[in-house]
Amino acid sequence: MAFLNKTLAIVWKDVVAELRTREMLSSMLVFSLLVTVIFSFSFDLRVENIAQVAPGVLWVTFAFASTLELNRALALEMENDCLDGLILAPMDRSVIYFGKMLGNLIFISAIEALMLPIFSVVFDLNLLQPSLLLVVFLGTIGFAAVGTLLSAMAVNTRAREVMLPVLLFPIILPVVISAAKVTGGILDGVPLSELARWVQFLVAFDVIFLVVSYMTFDFVVQG
Amino acid sequence: MIQIEGLVKSFGHTFALHEINLDVAEGQFLAIVGPNGAGKTTLLRILATLLRPTSGHVNIDGLDLVSHSGEIRRRIGFVSHQSLTYGRLTVEENLRFYGRLYDVAELEERVDSLLRVVGLDARRQDPARTLSRGMQQRLSIARAIVHQPSLLLLDEPYTGLDQQAAEMLRTLLQTVNAESRTVVMTTHNLQRALELCDTVAILSSGRVVHETESEPLSADRLREIYWAYVGNGMTREHAETWHS
Repeated sequence: MAFLNKTLAIVWKDVVAELRTREMLSSMLVFSLLVTVIFSFSFDLRVENIAQVAPGVLWVTFAFASTLELNRALALEMENDCLDGLILAPMDRSVIYFGKMLGNLIFISAIEALMLPIFSVVFDLNLLQPSLLLVVFLGTIGFAAVGTLLSAMAVNTRAREVMLPVLLFPIILPVVISAAKVTGGILDGVPLSELARWVQFLVAFDVIFLVVSYMTFDFVVQG
Repeated sequence: MIQIEGLVKSFGHTFALHEINLDVAEGQFLAIVGPNGAGKTTLLRILATLLRPTSGHVNIDGLDLVSHSGEIRRRIGFVSHQSLTYGRLTVEENLRFYGRLYDVAELEERVDSLLRVVGLDARRQDPARTLSRGMQQRLSIARAIVHQPSLLLLDEPYTGLDQQAAEMLRTLLQTVNAESRTVVMTTHNLQRALELCDTVAILSSGRVVHETESEPLSADRLREIYWAYVGNGMTREHAETWHS
């Protein structure tokens, strides 16, 4: 119970701090809009069937937008050495990981919730299907699980803004590929049961990286 | 309260602390003075469990620092160079947040009383980033004692404070120490060290080169001792000869 209470305290702190300025949410939203519009215009010129490239565009947009949030999540804790304040608290350090991870999940999901209807209009596709929302959620957990761990690693490096994408993208590539595959399948009307292998892969990726992060976060932040 | 035996800390081939031995009794106020790079912050960060010793033993309240770090964290409050507070959260939100991390019972009452003690009651709804340096330092102390620790560690708490803020901080630290808390403070300011502490330890090049009770000392005498040990490149043997 204490574990959950402290995890939620960190989530609450991040949400309150973000809602005070909305700096990151607005940056992510503008960035996502720009990427979507740029892809839309560039594909309009050459691509015959835009629905074929839409899943890739969707997941590349989400991956790039997530990097903005993940880069900032731990960097926020470096202001006034607040990470020391968290480490000093008498709690398992995985509380910090899960608190930050859930915060990232909320912010990335919020942007995705805003972007999906916009994306549907721009690409003239129905993306608001329950099965597709499930895939988006699973992919987002993957981004947040890996990204939170890697941002904790990158935060103490001098070139942390560059370091996180360099570390993150090779690892989340399987998530992007499988999520784009399932998204494409759903948009083509393929039953979810036929795409189960890819969905299972997403679930397995999420579980593995949540467990790995839980087991290693202590070593990542220790002095 | 604190027993340090043969504490060594190195970063690669660089030794920050060499064979430190110190005992701090319960309720004692120890000031650690020394020049930049003497190892004061490293020593305090080890006591705060933020750094692991390379070798040696540290016990706090009879608990080994390395194997019981979780239990020790409940018993310590740490005031760093930085405030460890979130600029976007208000003063009271910061205290409430840390109170939740420390499972503080009756948190609202505790936050109210702390804000009165540190004189920030009128600024409780203001974002922490809008506070002056002196106020941020008072908030930092409130954060450090929100869980009523028995040991308070202060790393250069007077840095960047003007005279008025420094005076308020001195009064606050006396109040904190009067509540029978053990306090360990690092400082460059010998005058401040004498005003507040029972014992002064001089740290130079990672070694405790001198330890003395503050009571019979004048500021001038402490300054002489300090410069004898750390100043002008004097060796310890020269300094001890001079001191005797």
